[in-house]
Amino acid sequence: MQRVYTFLIIAGFAVFLVIPLVSFHLLSPNTIRDVVADPARASLLEKELRSIMGKEVSSITLQRQLGNAFAIANEAIVNRYSLTGQQVDQLVNLMLANRLNQATVDSLLAGPDNEFRKTAFSNYANWLYGRAYTRDEAAREALLTISGNINNYEVIPKLGFDRYKKKSLQYSFAKASLTGPAVTHPWMLMFFSFGLVIVGAIGFSLQLLKEPPGIKNNDTFRHPATSRKWLGIIIGTFLILFYIVLYFYPELMTSWVALVDPISFWLKGSEAGHFFLYGFLYTISVVVMGVRMIIKYRHNRYQIVRTLSVMFFQTTLAFILPEILVRLNQPYFDFKNIWPLDYDFFFDFELNKLIASGQMGVFMLVWGIALALIGVPVFTYFYGKRWYCSWVCGCGGLAETLGDPFRHLSDKSLRAWKIEQGSIYTVMVFAVVMTMGVLYTYFTGSATVVGFNTYTVREVYGAFIGAVFAGVVGTGFYPFMGNRVWCRFGCPLAAYMGIIQRFKSRFRITTNGGQCISCGNCSTYCEMGIDVRAYAQKGENIIRASCVGCGICAAVCPRGVLKLENGPARDRFNPNGFIK
Amino acid sequence: MGKIVIIGNGIAGITAARHIRKMSDDAIVVISAESKYFFSRTALMYVFMGHMKFEHTQPYENWFWKKNKIQLIESQVTHLNTANKQLTLRSGEVIPYHKLVLALGSKPRPLPLVGAELAGVQSLYTKQDLHLMEQNSQGVQQAVVVGGGLIGIEMAEMLHSRDIHVTLVVREDSYWNIVLPKEESEMVNRHIRSRGVTLRLGRTVQQIKGQERVEGIALDDGTDLPCQFLGITIGVMPNTGLVENSEIDTHHGILVDEYLQTNVPDVYAIGDCVELRNPPPGHRAMEPVWYTGRIMGETVAQTLCGKPTAYAPGIWFNSAKFFDLEYQTYGFVPPTPREGYDSYYREDRKNERALRLTYDTNNNIVGINSLGLRLNHQACERWISMGKTLEYALAHLEEIDFDPEFYPKLNRSLV
Ligand SMILES: Cc1cc2nc3c(=O)[nH]c(=O)nc-3n(C[C@H](O)[C@H](O)[C@H](O)COP(=O)(O)OP(=O)(O)OC[C@H]3O[C@@H](n4cnc5c(N)ncnc54)[C@H](O)[C@@H]3O)c2cc1C
Ligand code: SF4
Repeated sequence: MQRVYTFLIIAGFAVFLVIPLVSFHLLSPNTIRDVVADPARASLLEKELRSIMGKEVSSITLQRQLGNAFAIANEAIVNRYSLTGQQVDQLVNLMLANRLNQATVDSLLAGPDNEFRKTAFSNYANWLYGRAYTRDEAAREALLTISGNINNYEVIPKLGFDRYKKKSLQYSFAKASLTGPAVTHPWMLMFFSFGLVIVGAIGFSLQLLKEPPGIKNNDTFRHPATSRKWLGIIIGTFLILFYIVLYFYPELMTSWVALVDPISFWLKGSEAGHFFLYGFLYTISVVVMGVRMIIKYRHNRYQIVRTLSVMFFQTTLAFILPEILVRLNQPYFDFKNIWPLDYDFFFDFELNKLIASGQMGVFMLVWGIALALIGVPVFTYFYGKRWYCSWVCGCGGLAETLGDPFRHLSDKSLRAWKIEQGSIYTVMVFAVVMTMGVLYTYFTGSATVVGFNTYTVREVYGAFIGAVFAGVVGTGFYPFMGNRVWCRFGCPLAAYMGIIQRFKSRFRITTNGGQCISCGNCSTYCEMGIDVRAYAQKGENIIRASCVGCGICAAVCPRGVLKLENGPARDRFNPNGFIK
Repeated sequence: MGKIVIIGNGIAGITAARHIRKMSDDAIVVISAESKYFFSRTALMYVFMGHMKFEHTQPYENWFWKKNKIQLIESQVTHLNTANKQLTLRSGEVIPYHKLVLALGSKPRPLPLVGAELAGVQSLYTKQDLHLMEQNSQGVQQAVVVGGGLIGIEMAEMLHSRDIHVTLVVREDSYWNIVLPKEESEMVNRHIRSRGVTLRLGRTVQQIKGQERVEGIALDDGTDLPCQFLGITIGVMPNTGLVENSEIDTHHGILVDEYLQTNVPDVYAIGDCVELRNPPPGHRAMEPVWYTGRIMGETVAQTLCGKPTAYAPGIWFNSAKFFDLEYQTYGFVPPTPREGYDSYYREDRKNERALRLTYDTNNNIVGINSLGLRLNHQACERWISMGKTLEYALAHLEEIDFDPEFYPKLNRSLV
C-alpha cells in the first residue's frame, strides 16, 4: 500500500506541475476591454497586442508581449502628454527673462491639447515662478527634472501604466485569457492534482495506524525527506519556487487559480484570486497533515486537542469566514490575525476600508486593536504564547501540521540562539517603527518621517519580511532549517509575546526532579531550537521567550521529565532545582 | 593550584569535572578511551533507531570544554602508579596528578559459552558497540537477545525498529521480576508481546551455533532458535580492570567509603565502577544507574573542593521505558510479598496503566511504582520521606500526577 500512496502523491504533483504547461492564453479585443476599463488605454494596448490576438500562447509569451505592449504604450503616452521640445525652449526663455509665472505659463500652454500639461506643470513647477535664472543650462536642468517628475508621477500613473497597474493587469490578463483544461474541467483536474495528493497523504497517515500508538520517530534521520537529503531538497525547492511565483509572479499561476474558481464562486460568489488558491491549499495542508499529526500522536491528548484547534482556526476564521464576510459585503477580515504579525492592519487602505464599512468595520477595528494590546498580554500571561503560536495562529498551524515531519532540523546551538535574538527583535522593531510611520502619515498626510518615505518603508517590509521571510524562507526552508524558521527568527508577534512569556507569565515547562537521563530527545525534537535538555538535566524549569508550547518535548521524553503547565508566576524558574 | 585527573568521561566523571570547575581553579583533566566528548550512553538506542544523530547525544557543545578549562584526552589509561601519583597512557605519556577520580563505568557481563566470540554476537555498552551493532544487524532477519533487564529490552526495541524479528530470552519466569512485582512484570510481558517480540520466559541459552558467524542458539528446553544476531545483555559489572593490580581495594567494584574515597589517599571512585562499603539505608552497595553516577559526581566535587561531603543519594528512584510503556519507581517496592509490607495496586480499564503504593504496618507509604503514568518525583519523594499514609495518598493522588494536560486524572482512570 505504501507504494500505491507514494504513487498517488507523485502522480498528483505531476498533474499539478503539468497543468500550467498545457494551459494557454487566448486574447480577444473583448478581453482587453474587459480587463482594462479605460477605453483609451485599452485601445493603445490592443494595437500592440495584435500579434497574439486570437492565438493560443503560453503564459510566458503572453507576459513578454504584455511587457512590450506596456513599454510601447507608455512611450506613446509620454510622447503625447509631456512637454514638447519647443515648449521647453519657450519656458527656458521665460525663466531666463525671469518672467515665469502663472499667467505666462497659462498663456504658453493654452488650448485643449495642453490642458493636462498645464495643470500638471502648475502643480509641479510653481516653485520656479519668479526665480531668477541666468544660465541656460541651469534653467534647462530644472525644467527637465520637473518634466521627468511629471512623466513619472502624473502622466504614467494617470494616463499610462505604472508599476502597480502593470502588475495587476498582467495577472488579470492572464486570468481572463486563460483557456485549456483548467478552465473547461476544473473539478476533474482538481481531483487528479490536489485530490490524489490528499488521498495519498491520508493513506500514508493511516499507515501509521499499523504501528502501535506511541512515539515512533524511527528513521527520521535517515529518511530522504526528513534528513536534508534528496527528497527534502526537492520538497524545499518546490516550496521556495511556489512562494516566489505566488508573491512575485502570480500571473504565471492562473491555471492553478482557475482550478479553485468553482469553489470560490460557491463560497463567495466571485472568481478566485491567487491568494484564494493559496488559502485553499494552506487549509487543505493544515487539515490533511493535521489528520496525520493526530494519528501520529493519538496516544497524547494534548497533541490531539491542540491539533484540532489549529485545524479549526485555519478552516473557519482564516479561510471560510473572511470569504463569507466578503459575500455579505463586509470587509475581508481574519479575526485571529494579530498586529504586528498582521503588519498591514494599520495601513491607510485597511483603516479606510474598515472605517468605511460601518458598524461591522468599526467592530473589527476595535477587535484588532484590543486583541493586540489587551488580548495578547492577558492570554500570554495566563497560558504563555502557546495559546496563539501552537493553538490558533495560521503560520503556527502550518508548522505544526505540514511542518511536523521537519521539526528536528532546527539548529540547537548557542550561536543559533544568538542569531535568533538578533533577528527576531530587529524585525519586531522594524514592524513597530514602520507602523508608527504609517500612522503618522495617516493622521498628518505627510509621507516623509525623518527622511524616510513611509510608503517605501512599508513596501520594503512587505517584500522582504512579509513575502520573502515569512513565505519563501519561512515555509520553503522547512526541509532545511525546520518548521519554525519564521516563528523563530522573524515573527514580530512572537517576539512581543516572547518578552511577556519570559518575564511575566504563568507558563513554564516543569522539570521532573532528577529523572532526566540527558538523552537529548527533547532538544532534538524542539522545533524552536531550544536546548531543552540543558535545563532538564539541571532540574531547572524551562522558561524561554521562544517556546511555543507545542508539547512535543514532553511527548518524546522517554522518562516523563517534562510537563507544560500554567501555575503561579512566582518561583516558576525553580532556581533551587532538584539537581544542584 | 592542584591538578585533578578524572578517568572516565561518563555522567559520573563529567559531572564531577563540571562541579569542580564551578568551585575551584584547579587544573582538570578528563581522560577517556571511548570518545573525546561526553555523550549520553542512555541515548545510544535512539541513534540506532534513527531518532537522533550521534551528535545529539552530546549534552554540551564542543566549545564548552575549552571555555570551562576542562582538558579532554582521548586515550586509554594503561597503568596506575598511586605511590608516585601518576598514570600512564597507551601512548606512553605519563600524567601526574594531585587527586585522582576513577569513573570507569561498567562492562557487560560476558556469557560463558563457546561461540560467544562469533561474529554477530555482541553486547551493548559503548559507542563502539553501537557501530558494531550497525554492522552486525545488516541483512539480519532473526535476532535473539538474551537477558531480561533494561538493556536487553532496549536492544530488542532497536532491532525491532529495523523490522528484524526478535526473540527475547529471559531466565526468570516473568520479565525483570527480580525488580518488578508480579502484576507490573506481567503487564510488561503483555506489552512486549503486543509489540511483536517473541518472549521466551524461564529459559536460558545452552549453546551458540555457527562457524564464523552466529547461526542460532539452543535453549535449555531443547528448542533451536535460528538467528544471525545474538545480543548478550545479562547485566553489567564494574569496570575495575585498571585497578586490579594496584593498591586500590576492590570487591565486585572499587570499594569506597561514604566520602567516595578509596583506601588509597587522594584517590576517589564514582559511578558504575563503585561498590559502597557502607551503603546508606534503602540503598544497595552497587546501583549502576545514571542518577547515582550523577549524584556521586556532584558529591565528590564538594569533597575535592575542600567541603567533605558524604554520599547521600536520597530516596531511591529510577525510571525506564519498555517499548512504549513508561515506568517509574520511588523508594522501596519489594518484588515479592514481604512481611510487614502491603500494597495498593490499581490498573486502568485497558490494563495499560498501573500504580502501586507500597506501605508498611503503620500505613505509611514506603514505595511507589508506576507503569504508563508519569509521577512527580519531588512529590513522591515527599510522601515517602514524610511517611504520608495510604489514606492521605489516595485522597491526594493529584499531588503526584505528572501526566500531560488533558490526560485522564489519576484518581479517575485507575479502577
Ligand atoms: C544502552 C544503555 C542504556 C542505559 N539506560 C539507562 C537508563 O535509561 N537509565 C539509567 O539510569 N541508566 C541507564 N544506563 C546505565 C547508565 O548509562 C550508566 O549507569 C552510566 O552511564 C554510568 O556512568 P559512569 O560515568 O559511571 O560510567 P560510563 O558512562 O561507563 O563511563 C566510563 C568511561 O570511562 C572510560 N574508561 C574506563 N576505563 C578507562 C581507562 N582505563 N582509560 C580510559 N578510559 C577508561 C570508559 O571508556 C567510559 O567511557 C544505560 C546503559 C546502557 C549501556
Ligand atoms: S528527553 Fe527527557 S530524559 Fe531526555 S534529555 Fe530531555 S528531559 Fe532529559
